Amino acid sequence: MDLTTLAFFFFAALTLGFGAVVVLSRNIMHAAFSLLFTFFGVAGLYVLLHADFLAITQIMIYIGGILVLIIFGVMLTTRITGVDVKSGRTGKLQLGLTAALSVALAAVLVKIFLSTLWHIAPAADVDATAELIGNALLTKYLIAFEAASILLLVAIVGAAFIARKK
Amino acid sequence: MEIGLNHYLIVSGILFSLGMFGILSRKHAVMVLMGLELILNAANINFVAFARYGGMNIDGHIAAIFVIILAAAEAAVALAILLNIYQHFKHVNLDEVNNLKE
Repeated sequence: MDLTTLAFFFFAALTLGFGAVVVLSRNIMHAAFSLLFTFFGVAGLYVLLHADFLAITQIMIYIGGILVLIIFGVMLTTRITGVDVKSGRTGKLQLGLTAALSVALAAVLVKIFLSTLWHIAPAADVDATAELIGNALLTKYLIAFEAASILLLVAIVGAAFIARKK
Repeated sequence: MEIGLNHYLIVSGILFSLGMFGILSRKHAVMVLMGLELILNAANINFVAFARYGGMNIDGHIAAIFVIILAAAEAAVALAILLNIYQHFKHVNLDEVNNLKE
């Protein structure tokens, strides 16, 4: 078993283990912090897939931005010092149905993935993806890139407008 | 043992199901958001894995970057809406948020 294989199983276990903690934990703060390790695990998987730029982006935006926003959300909408830090489960019946549905979904997905004969191209050696991504963003995907920048501007303005004091 | 495309796909499939379970089984709106992030991450793993095993096709990376951009915008707007719901109802239980206007 070489190092890449070990690294893959380590990151996969990190992602799925803490992902399970996120959805199963009763304490919402624990769930938010487990999400941190899940994102780290996914960044590790990106590194193993030779996606260096995406791994850094994942750490900077997901962990530095989205996770901080989510933790803000937890702290602003939950009475941390009171009793209300529970993450609010639904009823027993719905929980059972949901668990059954999710397990069935996972089984079907894994079955589909394993039974499909994927076309696999010979691996091309790429040193760094940042240059390729930059070129593609400013040529082939220029319109989508500009639309994304407008979307982010609208999201900032909209968020500030919605959350302001009346 | 060689790590191939299928390994990554299985990880992403299981992560997707976990996120689905999180969304469907929780009432707290922030927990639903966390489940959503898990699902988006699962989709991203798929994009990058197919990019890698499709001959290092950079289009998959671009799609993943746009998913991350959309996730950031969605998280910001969702948090703003959550704050408003909390100010109005004093809780964020999605089951009990049932009117848009007083």
